[in-house]
Amino acid sequence: MTAQAISLTPLDLVLAALLLIINGAISIRLRLGITRSLAVAATRMVVQLLLVGLVLKYLFAVKSPWLTLGVVFIMIGFAGYEIMNRQDRKLTGWWSYGIGVSTMTFAAVTVTLLALSTQLRPDPWWDARYAVPILGMLLGNAMTGISLGLNNLLTAVTRERWAVEAQIALGHPREVAMRPFIRRALKTALMPTVNAMAATGVVSLPGMMTGQILAGADPVEAVKYQLLIMFLIGGATGIGAVTAIFAAVWRVTDARHRLRLDRIEGTDA
Amino acid sequence: MLSIRNLRARRVQVDDLNLDAGDCIAVMGPSGSGKSLMLRAVADLDPAEGEITLDGHERMSMTGPRWRRQVMYVGPESGWWEDRVGAHFEDPEAATGVLRRLGFKAEALNWPVSRLSTGERQRLAIARAFDRGPRVLLLDEPTGALDQAATALVESVLHDFLMDGGIVLMATHEKAQAARLGKRVLTMNEGRLSA
Repeated sequence: MTAQAISLTPLDLVLAALLLIINGAISIRLRLGITRSLAVAATRMVVQLLLVGLVLKYLFAVKSPWLTLGVVFIMIGFAGYEIMNRQDRKLTGWWSYGIGVSTMTFAAVTVTLLALSTQLRPDPWWDARYAVPILGMLLGNAMTGISLGLNNLLTAVTRERWAVEAQIALGHPREVAMRPFIRRALKTALMPTVNAMAATGVVSLPGMMTGQILAGADPVEAVKYQLLIMFLIGGATGIGAVTAIFAAVWRVTDARHRLRLDRIEGTDA
Repeated sequence: MLSIRNLRARRVQVDDLNLDAGDCIAVMGPSGSGKSLMLRAVADLDPAEGEITLDGHERMSMTGPRWRRQVMYVGPESGWWEDRVGAHFEDPEAATGVLRRLGFKAEALNWPVSRLSTGERQRLAIARAFDRGPRVLLLDEPTGALDQAATALVESVLHDFLMDGGIVLMATHEKAQAARLGKRVLTMNEGRLSA
């Protein structure tokens, strides 16, 4: 079923990297001014991926549940930091970070556990070879969805505060007053996932599937894995974005159904 | 009767204020003195301590939305959340009466909000408040963007509302308006009311 993968030598990679050096030469010649950022990005990529490869190799070899858990926490920490970095408007205090990290973790971990316990069933169930890549993919996608959704919600509510307040002043409950904003934020959060699903296979082959095929897997097997992953991603992103957006709505309003812009940083409410 | 006792909100303090059915109190005072903040606190739009009752019912004994349906705040800047004017009314059919009195034909309900002038927005915001049948209107510069003719239309609608037993508490910059509508005129200074 699985053909022998063609092993890459360091020389193969060096030859491929020459392409980037050509890019750099063009940039210098045309004074595009991106030589530096190109070099930094390329170096980062090489170092990060080599490190990840070594860490994963070690992780798969030692088969320690605690070490796997440790890696999971580090991944969650980085993803949470990314969510915060992508917000133009934040909730005061630790609320943006708290809502972002907790909903992302909840969604990604739940869906990963579902996949590990039903479709994949590795032995032991926490086997890092399965748990870490799947959780990573789900965290990454949930992170994108949640940060887009939260950012859309908080900027829209701040910008259109009069539209929200008018409804509240007329006696609408907060669910009604916030409904258009919830809808828009959810749409924004889920758009990348929906687009990826619609375009996949027609416009581009997904990276994971391409990697599997190059590594020698049967294309149909690779497709099955890709489908599984896309379903898991859709589920995790949806769960994460819905819980994050509702938590944020609950935070920017209060039990008296008031709009509390004083709980968003940088607004003078 | 609307009665306010020991109201403490951000930068505002009202010790004792009573408005009977048909009463209109006009509050004057410099910008930033807290007129808007007081009105917002009475509408329960901002957190505030103290007792506010309408006909003996305390605001905290009911939900915020229920309180605001009776004690309705109309801000100086009107917000719109749908594309068409009519979608902002609960009962567009019944609203045609007050719309006509404010100088609009019934077809105004089909106008897109984006085409409204500032003055039209202000009058329509008052119309949609009437559409919900409040007992108390808290008006924040209700005719600030209006010319004389439009101001007269708004004042005549408010006059009838008062005759029907409605209660109005309003902030205004215009001394003449305060005198025309207000049974009492109070002055706000640094968050405190005085006669």
